[in-house]
Amino acid sequence: MVHSVLLVLLTIALLSPAQVQPVFELSELCPPGFEKTSGNACELRTMYQFYDSLQGRGVGGTRTALPPHRDGFSPQQIDLGRYLFFDPALSGDGSISCASCHHPDKGFSDARALGTGINGHQVARSAPTLWNVAFLKRLFWDARAESLEEQVQGPLFHPHEMGNSPRQLRQTLNDNATYRDLFQQAFGGAESAEIELPQVYTALTAFQASLISLNSRYDRYAHGHHASLNEREIEGMNVFRSFVARCAECHTPPLFTNQQIAVIGAPEPPGRALDVGAETTYNAPQLKGGFKVPSLRNITQTAPYMHSGRFDSLRETVEFYTKGRGHAVPEGVKLQLHWHIWEPNLTDYELDRLVDFLATLTDEAFKPQIPRRVPSGLTPIDHPPATAVAHNKKTSKGESS
Amino acid sequence: MSTGRILALIVALAAFAGGMFIGKNAEKAPVITTSSGGASYVAAGSMNASGELVSSGSSKNVAGPADDYTVVVVEDGQSIQEAVKAAAPRTTIQVMPGTYHETVYIDKDYIRLIGVIKGGSRAVLDGQHTMNDAILYSGNNIVIEGFLITHYKGNAIMGQGGNNFEIRNNIIVDTGVYGIFPQLGQNGVVELNVISGIEDAAIYVGMSDNIHVVNNEVFDSVAGIEIENSRHAIVEGNHVYHNTGGILAFISPGLPIKTTYDVIIRNNLITSNNTKNFGAPGSTVGGIPAGTGIMIMAADDVVVENNIITNNKTVGIMVVDHNTAAELTNVTVDPEADPNSDGLKLLDNLMYNNGYDTIDAIKAIMLTELKTGNPDIFTVGPSRDSCIINRHRYVTVGVDDFSECAFTNTDTIGNYLLPPVAPRVTTADERGKMAYLGVCAGCHTYTGRMIGPPVKIIQALYMDDPQGIVDYITAPVKKRDDYPEMPPQDYLDEETRLAVAKYMLSRRN
Repeated sequence: MVHSVLLVLLTIALLSPAQVQPVFELSELCPPGFEKTSGNACELRTMYQFYDSLQGRGVGGTRTALPPHRDGFSPQQIDLGRYLFFDPALSGDGSISCASCHHPDKGFSDARALGTGINGHQVARSAPTLWNVAFLKRLFWDARAESLEEQVQGPLFHPHEMGNSPRQLRQTLNDNATYRDLFQQAFGGAESAEIELPQVYTALTAFQASLISLNSRYDRYAHGHHASLNEREIEGMNVFRSFVARCAECHTPPLFTNQQIAVIGAPEPPGRALDVGAETTYNAPQLKGGFKVPSLRNITQTAPYMHSGRFDSLRETVEFYTKGRGHAVPEGVKLQLHWHIWEPNLTDYELDRLVDFLATLTDEAFKPQIPRRVPSGLTPIDHPPATAVAHNKKTSKGESS
Repeated sequence: MSTGRILALIVALAAFAGGMFIGKNAEKAPVITTSSGGASYVAAGSMNASGELVSSGSSKNVAGPADDYTVVVVEDGQSIQEAVKAAAPRTTIQVMPGTYHETVYIDKDYIRLIGVIKGGSRAVLDGQHTMNDAILYSGNNIVIEGFLITHYKGNAIMGQGGNNFEIRNNIIVDTGVYGIFPQLGQNGVVELNVISGIEDAAIYVGMSDNIHVVNNEVFDSVAGIEIENSRHAIVEGNHVYHNTGGILAFISPGLPIKTTYDVIIRNNLITSNNTKNFGAPGSTVGGIPAGTGIMIMAADDVVVENNIITNNKTVGIMVVDHNTAAELTNVTVDPEADPNSDGLKLLDNLMYNNGYDTIDAIKAIMLTELKTGNPDIFTVGPSRDSCIINRHRYVTVGVDDFSECAFTNTDTIGNYLLPPVAPRVTTADERGKMAYLGVCAGCHTYTGRMIGPPVKIIQALYMDDPQGIVDYITAPVKKRDDYPEMPPQDYLDEETRLAVAKYMLSRRN
């Protein structure tokens, strides 16, 4: 026993900031919420696995199974993904990382209406949360990617987002001895083997798929402990799933999205042209202005709201749905609005209760640690190049450069 | 070539020749098929491994027997919801006649909510035009019976995800959007309800499997009975009148479950569904022309049999694909849903005086096909592998390429219900492990420092004392200056708390 306590203390000491030399060892443990199999794969474990769902689609009521999800990555791949995620070396000018727009302390979003990429470039849409992306069939607001591996290449190589190129990214990583070592730890292969880009996508996918939030107070209610929600929150839940407000028809439990495209006619910020959204993805005029229904888990953490970040608060957002079908559609624009967008005439009291209920969907217990150091030696998350500091400051409020 | 294949070829040729012969003489002597006797329809996939028919049906008591239920009584003036809150699974809540103004929600299993009917007096749920829904349930094995529900703004009875439900003997009057709306459930019965004055569907089965809608009376609503994005559903013995559209079998685009198939619509009286459409703007049913008896949109393998379909002014049976519907109404598109109705089986129906005041879109298509008369059956869009019998009896549009059905009835299919399924038993050990991995691991790792102390240290403290852990996590007190106080885990039931404690003590990494 004495020995094991000593071992514990030693381990703690090794992890302490007193350590001078940066040592990068990939974790051999799965993140919380996962069980490591004998084959070194991390598999998700949740109480929702005790339930079924109709046609296996993961939509239903309180005790319904979740949709199919991604897991089975190794602890090392997940941990490597974490380093990559926070390392500004992944951007074209070494200034921003994935976490710049998907910050764990900002609900894996960025607290901005629209994202900001390298050189202060404004991104076309609001940065979506990454919580529970393991369950999503399609990624991006307009649903244009079918896997996380496909999705990560979007921001990495978009000139207004991370502004990198496949060639440069590959070069940067292969020039870094630490990354060479870590990729070898995560993916095996010969020590001399080069890092390949699909391994980068896999590692980032592995990390993102580990961001699980399923232990909110709502979940405790769903699993049967009804005292987990107070009277006002239950009133809000009943408005949420009522056929007057109809929120649950698209934001369907247990994930609080049905993962469909919905045309709801949410407004753009003043002066911005209509975003046609999924019309482009599917080449379907009926889907003009349509976007993927977002999950509402951790929604309190990700203001501002909607695809364009048009609403600062949840109260404004829920009020949008009761201000009249199509009230915010610009004149002259014809949208085929979703049939559940109607005129529910919710009272102020009901809107307040909806906001109360939405706050019960918050759970960040499995928030991963931000690494103190990343293999590039750059400052984790944001590393503004000296010359660009002034420029970035000027544009940080979301003005396009 | 084997003898078997030669034989098959000869049979095929003979059938071809026979078909030509019948075709040539079709004008003079129609093919008259009697539906008494003859082969029965067998739905694909309804045989089990040993070749037995599994669709012959189960008892309509899909929620299971109530013998061992505890009975509690709610008197007029008391709250139904308070009784639900207090009820453990396997409780029958008897609600005495009286008037109740509340929304009742049931998020637990095995509850029978029974309105007691005494000398014609019922328990009345009255939403006073201010409340949203009368009864919401997400639990399994729920029974809702005997109520009179009126003046709610949303739905009268709405299920979300509950399986094995029975909804019967309710009267629903002037109540918002849907009367009875089970959604995302499997194995349910909706029977003997009387529903009127609903601005969408009186009975709306949405995204569900194994459903029996039987012996209901639905009228004065936009849609009578709607089977949407659902499979293995039977609609029979219903009286459906004075709605805008009578009975609908749809795939609605944009829903997460993308199919409707294996639906039987039989033995219904579908008459005079000519009520002006008063559906909400933008609603799917808002585009249904008044005077539609049966409407099938994109659904597959729908059998229509032995219905009396009369006096529906637009058409008796309308079949439409998504692409046409999108042109005519506000139906959207769904790249993941098959837009066409395939495998329709139109068996014998009594159709009379339908289509006498039909819509221009149907008239226009009739003109192009040189058809005259009032349409009984109108189909538009591709419909592969569909069949019909006794087509000569009706004025039809678009069924010329339907084959003759090889069967005449669905007599062997009783219903598509399943026996009451025993609840899935999860052992305390399984729950303990899930709670450890899904909850505890957020704050505790085996050796490392996180929000809470390492599991290894907890193991050293509690060794052979799981109950000690249970006591602590039920009502934690602050023990360590360098760690935050632990939140109570009392939302886990006692047995799970003990199991999680044991699991924690058993961990070796």
